[in-house]
Amino acid sequence: MRRTRWPIRRWGPPVLLISPSLAVVGVFVYGLLAVNAKTSATDIHTAAQATGRKPSVFVGFDNYVSLLGTAAFQHSLKNLLLYTAVFLVGTMAFGFLWAWLLDQPVRFEGVFRSVYLFPMAVSFVASGVVWRWLLNSNQDTAASGLNRLFQTMGLGFLQNSWWNNVSWGIAAIAIPAVWQLSGYVMALFLAGFRGIPTELREAARMDGASEWKLYRHVIFPQLSPVALSAVIVVGHMSLKAFDLIMSISKPANYQTKVPAIDMYVFKSSFDYADSAAVGVVLLVIVAVLIVPYLVHLSRAEKQS
Amino acid sequence: MTAIATDLTAPIGRAPHDRRPATRGRFSLGRTVRYVILLAFLLVVLIPVYVLLVTSFKGAGDASPTRAWSLPTTWTMENWRAAWTALSPAILRTVQMVVPAALISSFLGSMNGFVLARWRFPGADLVFTLILFGMFIPYQAVMIPLLQLMLGAGVPSGIPSLIILHVVYGIPITTLIFRNYYMSVPSELIEAARVDGAGLLGTYAWVVLPISVPSFVVVLIWQFTSAWNDFLFAVFFSSSQNGPVTLALNNLANGALLQNYGVSMAGALLASLPTLLVYVLLGKYFIGGLMSGSVKG
Repeated sequence: MRRTRWPIRRWGPPVLLISPSLAVVGVFVYGLLAVNAKTSATDIHTAAQATGRKPSVFVGFDNYVSLLGTAAFQHSLKNLLLYTAVFLVGTMAFGFLWAWLLDQPVRFEGVFRSVYLFPMAVSFVASGVVWRWLLNSNQDTAASGLNRLFQTMGLGFLQNSWWNNVSWGIAAIAIPAVWQLSGYVMALFLAGFRGIPTELREAARMDGASEWKLYRHVIFPQLSPVALSAVIVVGHMSLKAFDLIMSISKPANYQTKVPAIDMYVFKSSFDYADSAAVGVVLLVIVAVLIVPYLVHLSRAEKQS
Repeated sequence: MTAIATDLTAPIGRAPHDRRPATRGRFSLGRTVRYVILLAFLLVVLIPVYVLLVTSFKGAGDASPTRAWSLPTTWTMENWRAAWTALSPAILRTVQMVVPAALISSFLGSMNGFVLARWRFPGADLVFTLILFGMFIPYQAVMIPLLQLMLGAGVPSGIPSLIILHVVYGIPITTLIFRNYYMSVPSELIEAARVDGAGLLGTYAWVVLPISVPSFVVVLIWQFTSAWNDFLFAVFFSSSQNGPVTLALNNLANGALLQNYGVSMAGALLASLPTLLVYVLLGKYFIGGLMSGSVKG
């Protein structure tokens, strides 16, 4: 079936089209990941070593051992977990609720949809400017932002120190993240709802299924692929959290630091080895989430 | 992965208005409650917009925290002027960065997507998955060697570096969107061109490119938005003198004018205007990109 007489004619053009990108991805993704892993196994902790003026040596996993052993980095990991939990639960809850509300015939559906989704078009840095004001920790007479709004609404007891709280501060920074991404999850779920064949619902109703059973056995299973992609997209964004924290808080603030911030701080002091090690830790966390998903996608596609 | 590709620009579809027979009366409690909830959420989502707009027009007379949520006593353009002075050079640089970055990465994505969709060589799926993984990696895991590579290659910091980075790290997502789109192109169209004697390159140039306009719009918007809003690469590869608007805005909000929220809020609005404009004018293409970005299974 395949002509083999002119392999160059068969293979030449496609290779020509795709090889520049493959080379670039090969170098910039996989090559650099490897070099980074190597850097993380050296003792480059000073500017002199980073610029090559002083020699560096191979230290194996020493940087990881000391990094994971410090309370400061454990705090970053704990913050990352908390941030991701609030971010994921928040976006999934609001996204699903909005999609569910809008799935039924609603006047001005387009208006609601567009407004819910618009924060997605704004950068984290720009939204950080307004959210830093909203999440101002001043209270009572000095309060502005949300704390002031709570007072005027007679909900003064809700006032709190937001991101200045050492244990929970990072959860406050997840609020703007939820604000920005909930509309996206809504769009995904709405597409999912609309993708369910009407006949399927009708058939279930004809069979006398209760509303709950309809959701439990028809709608939720149909939505599960959408929910999975939402979790993957929001989850991996959350694990890389950086912009919002930089713009609302400061890199030096202990209460809001996460690994991506640590990476930046280490780099700024030319501690390339620890910076690279934090990068590897992040990569491993993201890969645990993403690799099974990509394998699953690839398999699902082969079957269809 | 085919679900999105078939109708790239209208992935959400319409509400099936005839789903439920209209047996209810004019007034329905359930429906009213639904509108109340939807409206309440609408207002909550718009709170930051109110704050941004109102604060950006406030002068020194409104500095007291008791006036935090009130309208300006006197409306002033002073903050907007100051923000424009501070940000306009960076906005210009961002335009110079975003346009080439979006164009180049779209073309690369289109070529890759075509090959991966149409040319079933052994290992094609693995290659695609490997490219796709590049979309999800935390860039923190390549940043240190990337800094050294760009420095070693002599690429100037600022816009030139950032163009290269947005092109390179844009390849996975642009390839994905185009591949999914080309998978949906009827193969008869391609075969017809082949019968006419066109090679792969000819087919690409004369048959595939002309029908790719909708996906080009989607991809260009996606790349434009993500490059415009990028902050991570900006922090590592540029300074406030040669960097894009996100960096300039962050410096403005943290810098000399600290606590002058009026100026930083006007600046935040200025910096967001281009992407918001695209969202308002080309919303359906914007959503098309969002959907493709989710790699639906």
